Amino acid sequence: MGAFLRDQWWVVAIFIATLVPLVRRFASAGVMEGLRTLDRRWIFLLMLWSVLLPIYFIGVTGRTFPEVPSALARATFDEIDRLAPGDPVLLSFDYDPASEGELQPMATAFVKHCAEKKLKMYFMALWPVGPQMVQNTVDRVIRADYPNLVYGEDYVNLGYKSGYEAVIRVITTNIRELYTTDARGTAIQDIPMMKGITSVQQMKLIINVSAGYPGVKEWVQYGATPYPAVHLIAGTTGVQAPLVYPYVPRQLRGLLGAIKGAAEYEKLVIDTYGGPNPDPKYLEGLRRMGPQLVAHMLIIMLIIVANVLYFTEKRAARRPSTGSGRPERAEGR
Amino acid sequence: MNRDQLIWIVLFAVGAAALLGRAVLTEQGMGREYIRQTVTPAGGTEFLPATYGDYVRAEQAQPGQTEYRFSRARTIGLWLAAFFTLAVFSFLYSDNPFYKVAESVLVGVSAGYWMVVGFWDVLVPNLIGRLWPSMVQAWAMPGLAGAEAQRNLWYIVPLVLGVMLLWRLAPRGTWIARWPLSFIVGTFAGLQLIGFLHGDFLAQIRNTILPLAVFEAGAFDFWASVRNLLIVGGVLCAVTYFFFSFEHKGAVGRVAKVGIWFLMITFGAAFGYTVMGRIALLAIRIEFLLDDWLWLIDPSRRRAVSMLLQGIWG
Repeated sequence: MGAFLRDQWWVVAIFIATLVPLVRRFASAGVMEGLRTLDRRWIFLLMLWSVLLPIYFIGVTGRTFPEVPSALARATFDEIDRLAPGDPVLLSFDYDPASEGELQPMATAFVKHCAEKKLKMYFMALWPVGPQMVQNTVDRVIRADYPNLVYGEDYVNLGYKSGYEAVIRVITTNIRELYTTDARGTAIQDIPMMKGITSVQQMKLIINVSAGYPGVKEWVQYGATPYPAVHLIAGTTGVQAPLVYPYVPRQLRGLLGAIKGAAEYEKLVIDTYGGPNPDPKYLEGLRRMGPQLVAHMLIIMLIIVANVLYFTEKRAARRPSTGSGRPERAEGR
Repeated sequence: MNRDQLIWIVLFAVGAAALLGRAVLTEQGMGREYIRQTVTPAGGTEFLPATYGDYVRAEQAQPGQTEYRFSRARTIGLWLAAFFTLAVFSFLYSDNPFYKVAESVLVGVSAGYWMVVGFWDVLVPNLIGRLWPSMVQAWAMPGLAGAEAQRNLWYIVPLVLGVMLLWRLAPRGTWIARWPLSFIVGTFAGLQLIGFLHGDFLAQIRNTILPLAVFEAGAFDFWASVRNLLIVGGVLCAVTYFFFSFEHKGAVGRVAKVGIWFLMITFGAAFGYTVMGRIALLAIRIEFLLDDWLWLIDPSRRRAVSMLLQGIWG
């Protein structure tokens, strides 16, 4: 840390310089008055620094925070790890660049895990930009690190289909009703790995990376619940995760919630398949837990400060009154 | 000149000077994109994303090589992305023309993208390709073959419904659009009713019927029992809070109050997850600015050949 501060003194200097006006304000007006009249843009600035500094520190030093996989991350990992080479797996990438920060690390880890297990990967998307996310992941993982995997034999991109949950409803019984070609325009019957595949029920596992509607909820409702033999695991955004926890474990065998879930799953994949010197692109989730820690500490601190301020003001407002205090309470509301 | 204008001018001046200094005065520069030219199995040319490190290594191995090269188009895209990122962030200080431009471009590009995707991924394969397969095969989808290449006249029905839906834009007879709209609403209502009944209502009741004393291999599992007790107790208390046939007094009121606590903890967890999600989104934009654009950090070792970080990364 000391070496980092000495080498990167200019970042520290900018950080201190931006906060000098805030300190001067507190010094002149007093801490309580300064907090009471604090411009919200100072909080934005503090949040920026709380995210930027850890990213810079981790980016320069290469260090990441330790991560202990939870039972849910382990269940997700085990669902893929129990499969045998050649088993068909459907990967539905239902997200877009707006959620890439949260979901791309888990999408990358899912594909690496499937590639290591030599599973047959069937990619699809219920979001219009999903095929691009599939292509990015395929380029980053399969084409870069698993060049022996052949398109059409080991993995295929079926592309995007509109229709939201209706798509799931149809392909669980007849995949060819909707998919006549893959994303490249090749006829389904000309793709070797599509031979004998007629419906999603033949998949050994469905992996859904979901940012909202349509996504994991629809896969649970129309893909997994009516067909208990179809196993479903998912990686979701933080906003969506609390809504799908009730489906675990019967309807949803594994769940990665937001970047924390991604980091835990990455840890399991890298520990098992990453080797002694893993490629940094498989550590994105672990790296992004640094800014999470500092930003969460800032938010907790702000909540405490705001509450102290609120109760102090409330007490001060009550003080002049000698009666029951009811009028002041009403005013306080 | 007011205070806001002064702040903007200072920010622009400092930012521009820093960018210029970094781009011109440093050895590695910043914000450049590279590509790799490859040949596809079909004999075509394909351009794949490459890194500055790939380019330098290829130049060291064979000076003047043409496989890896600087990409002007991608570099312009990178700088535009950086500009729009900063323009959107600038709204946090105050509303300004840069933010307005970024907002308008985003809305316009999204609308255009949706229209193009809707045409090529929905209308062409799902409607035109079903009604005029040979034309679509010759024009847009050479892979269309077999049973899918046969004309299916049933698709006249969605064509007619689609035209009726667009009738809403006509000056007269807008009521015609209500028929396909009612068809869409009815279909989705029916589909969702089944989905929610099966996937949520019944399945969630099933998921709540849990043993309160869990035994694993004949031994009492304390923590699993506590978990099940919390799930069953939490559901019953929360449901009691929404049960208005009895006044929330006495025992019912106390149970409902516990239900409120369960709901509040749930909302708190949801808020925490939302915060985590938003910070992750902010983190990736800052990573983009520091890594892809400014080349200040290199966590993925993409420029490890010439960066100062080489020694640190090993």
